Amino acid sequence: MKIAVCIKRVPDSETRVKIAADGKTLDEAGVKFIVNPYDEFALEEALRRKEQAGSGEVVVVSLGPAAAQETIRAALAIGADSGVLLQADRVPADGLEVARALAAELKDGGFDLILFGKVAIDDSNHQVGPMVAELLGLPCVTAITHLELGAGQGTAEREVEGGIEVVEFPFPAVLTTDKGLNEPRLPSLKGIMAAKKKPLAVKPITLPAGSIEVLAMLPPPDRKAGKIVGEGGAAVPELVRLLREEAKVL
Amino acid sequence: MTSVLAVLEQRDGALRGVSHEVVTAARRLADALGGTVEALLLAPRPDVKGVDALGRFGADKVTVLHHATVFARYAPEACARAVTTRATGGKHAAVLLAASATGRDLAPRVAAQLGVPLASDAIDLSADGDALVVTRPVYAGKALLKIKMTARPAVVSLRPSVFTPVERPKAGTLETPSLASGDSGRVVVREVKAAPAGSLDVGEAPIVVSGGRGLKEPANFKVLEDLARAFGGRAAVGASRAVVDAGWRPHADQVGQTGKTVSPTLYIAVGISGAIQHLAGMRTAKVIVAINRDKDAPIFKVADYGIVGDLFEVVPKLTEEIKKLDG
Repeated sequence: MKIAVCIKRVPDSETRVKIAADGKTLDEAGVKFIVNPYDEFALEEALRRKEQAGSGEVVVVSLGPAAAQETIRAALAIGADSGVLLQADRVPADGLEVARALAAELKDGGFDLILFGKVAIDDSNHQVGPMVAELLGLPCVTAITHLELGAGQGTAEREVEGGIEVVEFPFPAVLTTDKGLNEPRLPSLKGIMAAKKKPLAVKPITLPAGSIEVLAMLPPPDRKAGKIVGEGGAAVPELVRLLREEAKVL
Repeated sequence: MTSVLAVLEQRDGALRGVSHEVVTAARRLADALGGTVEALLLAPRPDVKGVDALGRFGADKVTVLHHATVFARYAPEACARAVTTRATGGKHAAVLLAASATGRDLAPRVAAQLGVPLASDAIDLSADGDALVVTRPVYAGKALLKIKMTARPAVVSLRPSVFTPVERPKAGTLETPSLASGDSGRVVVREVKAAPAGSLDVGEAPIVVSGGRGLKEPANFKVLEDLARAFGGRAAVGASRAVVDAGWRPHADQVGQTGKTVSPTLYIAVGISGAIQHLAGMRTAKVIVAINRDKDAPIFKVADYGIVGDLFEVVPKLTEEIKKLDG
């Protein structure tokens, strides 16, 4: 089984967002970057499938700046076999352009499964995986929390409001992964050493800007300072009164 | 004349509540563009409960495209094809969907098939000439991105609970064609395992009561469940990342950057200190209440109302008071 895992270099979820001087992007000074947390579920699932089958290949593909080589090395340390970086200085806001570049890279790879995290926690675009599936004409199931694979056919579960959809699909297929699918492993010292020798191909690309123009990045609206209503259970009646009469939400 | 296509959702023969939000947003945009609102609903049968009221929210024309088997459950490929077919031809300036579980799956398929961009989770949209200006959260709400979409149609999914339904009566003519093809596609939803009756999704509930490490152990979430129940079916119980990672609560309930971003009318944070990634997930709530023992907890900086105290004393008291209101 040959599996591609598409990963993205993103700011750590604990990052305090500071807007850069251009007013349109994140100020990256001092920001720690990590593998997008949802992509870790995709990588873990790929590694488990390869281990279960006793053979196979896991290829990590990332689109991003030169520094994303570190992101790929981190995935290689966890157990992926090889990596490809589509090196672009600028990642456009239009996810369709990213999907087109990834689809071109993945098209002739002979992959049985192409896995993505369901969303990247930086641009929260929620779209590149299923767009790649459409561009490649492959079946796709998004935001899966459970996966079973048979001969050429898989069953996945995905959460919907008030329930869980049980979805059948043939593969090759594109799947996007949600929290709950598995518990990602940590890299071992041996893995970190081995990663240094694993193949990592860097392919410079230039992406068109697409049809989305960023006008501004803005801080979220300030919440006006609230008030401490009081201490302990005695403050509850006053809280309820405020919620009814001042906030008018009850 | 230009038009905005509002793609609606139904389940089990009834229109889902987010559909009114989508029509409301479509009406607002259509007015700015000087156009009409066409609503499209894919359903197993032509008579979907709630469809006749769509004109009230500003739909000029409602189409219920139905097929008993293909649209019996969500069929990703058949739905994408149906929406794409409808949105092809240059008549529509925008295609709007809810950023629900279904909309999130459907929107990128439609955008890719049409070869146009998608903006996910919009919290505001307006027109600038022929272009669309959309504001959407990035970094899970730690910042907002204001973007201009120049393609036609632009596909936009809307964050649930943001576009409050407004009545804007229009004629609301209804047509109910049946889908010609019986092909459901390769990806088939075989079954939907229902969550326990009456349980609301954290992402869509108007009231969310969330718990963190301050609850001390999983069984103690009962005090939050009791409070949620006191709100009479309008509240869901959420959780912080710490307690989800500890296995106390299902990940579907997690609020924060690696969980759900919620915008309820009322968010009650109980025993949650307020890590940055959690605040990112709930700061767009209309009203935030924090109950915490530590008066210096960061959660109090975003809360509208706070009570400093032992949650095991405060929350049951609050439950009592809420019950009195409804009684």
